[in-house]
Amino acid sequence: MTVALKERTPRPRFADLSRQVNIGVAVFVVLYAAIAFRQPSYVEPAGVMNFLRRAAPLAILASGQLFVIVSGGFDLSVGSLVTLVVIGASMMTGGDPALTWGAIGALYAMGLAVGLLNGVAVAYLKVPSIIATLGMLLSVDGVAMMWSGGSPRGYLPENFRAFGRFVFRDVPGVGLLPLSVIVLAVVTLLAWWGLHGTVFGRRVFAVGDNPRAAELAGVRVDLTRIAAFILSALSAVTAGILLGGFAGVSTDVGHGLELQAIAACVIGGAQLMGGRGSVVGVVFGALSLFALFTLLNLVGLPQALRDTAQGLILIFAVASGAYRQRTGG
Amino acid sequence: MRTSMTRCGAVALAVTFAAGVRAQDFDSQKDFDYAKQLLAMTPQGPEGKPWEQNLGGKEIDTSKYKKPGPYNVCFSNAGVDNPWRVVGWTDMQAEVDMLKSDIKSFTAADAEGKDDKQISDINSFVASGKCDILIVSPNTTAALTPAVEAACKKLPVVVFDRGVQTDCPVTFVNPIGGYGWGIVTADFIVSKLPKGGKVLGLRILPGVDVLETRWSAANRIFKANGVNVVGAEFTGGDNAKTKSIVEDYINRFGKIDAVWMDAGATAVAAIEAFEDAGQPYPIITGEDQMDFLTAWKKDKLTAVAPTYPTYQWRSPVIAAVKILKGEPVIGPTWKLPQPTITQDTLDKYVNPNMPPLFYAMCGCQDMPGYPQRWGGK
Repeated sequence: MTVALKERTPRPRFADLSRQVNIGVAVFVVLYAAIAFRQPSYVEPAGVMNFLRRAAPLAILASGQLFVIVSGGFDLSVGSLVTLVVIGASMMTGGDPALTWGAIGALYAMGLAVGLLNGVAVAYLKVPSIIATLGMLLSVDGVAMMWSGGSPRGYLPENFRAFGRFVFRDVPGVGLLPLSVIVLAVVTLLAWWGLHGTVFGRRVFAVGDNPRAAELAGVRVDLTRIAAFILSALSAVTAGILLGGFAGVSTDVGHGLELQAIAACVIGGAQLMGGRGSVVGVVFGALSLFALFTLLNLVGLPQALRDTAQGLILIFAVASGAYRQRTGG
Repeated sequence: MRTSMTRCGAVALAVTFAAGVRAQDFDSQKDFDYAKQLLAMTPQGPEGKPWEQNLGGKEIDTSKYKKPGPYNVCFSNAGVDNPWRVVGWTDMQAEVDMLKSDIKSFTAADAEGKDDKQISDINSFVASGKCDILIVSPNTTAALTPAVEAACKKLPVVVFDRGVQTDCPVTFVNPIGGYGWGIVTADFIVSKLPKGGKVLGLRILPGVDVLETRWSAANRIFKANGVNVVGAEFTGGDNAKTKSIVEDYINRFGKIDAVWMDAGATAVAAIEAFEDAGQPYPIITGEDQMDFLTAWKKDKLTAVAPTYPTYQWRSPVIAAVKILKGEPVIGPTWKLPQPTITQDTLDKYVNPNMPPLFYAMCGCQDMPGYPQRWGGK
């Protein structure tokens, strides 16, 4: 948890943003306290690190998704892209460690293409982003299935797996430090800088808030949207590399992740339909969601009920977000 | 990914087999006892060649099928859509090569896991008149029965792996099956488990007879011995899902002493969950896949590997040639031995030169083209 708190940003520029951050953090603290109450090992550094390691892919995915949500869209294709990344990595490397870096490059190129297609469909072909990315979800899924023949094949080399599995030991202060947590910290910092620290970030907010006004103010709405989809896709590739590293070849790994990423954004205070959101809030939103899954597991809820709970929580989170904006906005 | 469950179903079906005609009762005392009997039997037949051995079978007369050779053999294959079937299919082709002097042509049709495709494959083989004998590895039991019955009227048929609901084939070749798997694995866990130890069951998916019988036999033994089974979860045969389920159980119960699996493909993912959680390795039951055997040896696991031997793909080719020569074969049901890899025999099967998804109980080590033909070095 110490690391997670260190990632808190300097005071955000917008007053309402600070309120949203606090809500994401507050939800997380309450849930994590409940976890620690049931399973004290979760407050030890190793327990915290293990939690962060498992939550890292979702948090990374959510910080990419945030760019699209803030710009006023949705990206439903990220879950299937994660699956494609894992399958693609195993098909391209075939278990040969020498091919790992080349494969990673190819995977990012693939992500870039998927994001570009999403963006072009939304920005130029004027397809609503839900439909465009839902179509992309099916297409990407189809490619993954064709590539693998429908069942997990091949192997991921150890140096690829390291992104999800490698742990630095005897690190001062925390003891264990998983490589995936470092990746999470780097991605969070990059996303925070990109959204809150650059001109591009301000344009994303402007496009999501009022695209017409942004256009009149001289913002290239089309390019901004495309860039947001590309960032989301690249975050999905990163999450896919971590997940593939974590568990190996799987045709199921990305299943449902797009909804979890959107739920994390909402819990973290991002406004669906655009214009509002913060990276720190969303990372804590993802951690909250993962803490919730952990808690439901510790309580002994079966998987099917956990899915049900997740769906209800997504609806509840959006409703409470809307309520906050009505009352406080 | 909505279709992923059906795909897993196909995988599960394919890795395993249909227990035959009486498969609808997943938890039959009679079948359980029969499997137990078969496990205790000494196989008859040539030493060291389990694919030619049988358990308590009788020879039947095939003189009415006698023909001058060499023969045209046709094969309708349910699919080669998973590593188990890939290894088996390679075995079969190598067996054909070994019997080259008797086999003039070997024609195979791949049904790609589809019943309708396989039915039409069988029909066109029969209609072509170019087959002296037909080997069938059925995709599903009930759907393929009429096509096999129709084929039986025209030419001799040999069925293996999953069964059909008819006695018309000359012989049906298959190993002991799901009950045997369940008995071997559960007995092993019961013998190694500390008192009060916690057991996690990992299953691929519900409702598939062959997987259900593996579990029902194991669960019967767990219950009889008062074993604490803390959960039985469905993994869909997926590494990612398996690993997070096992991590969840470790988090929830603090310690899991044994993991029972109805198929070994995700055994390594389960083992990794213990590694990553910094926990001691559990007692585990896997399968004869090379990645599991390698991990077993390297990490000195307390483990056992039941098998659904891929060498059964050799037997129908041997049977086909014998039938056409009019030599007696075991029938109408030919039960093959179903060996289990234990600590004592592990070294014999671990081979770092073979690929991770290779099935060690292939009986292929003496075949032409080994190991390259099976992807080895």
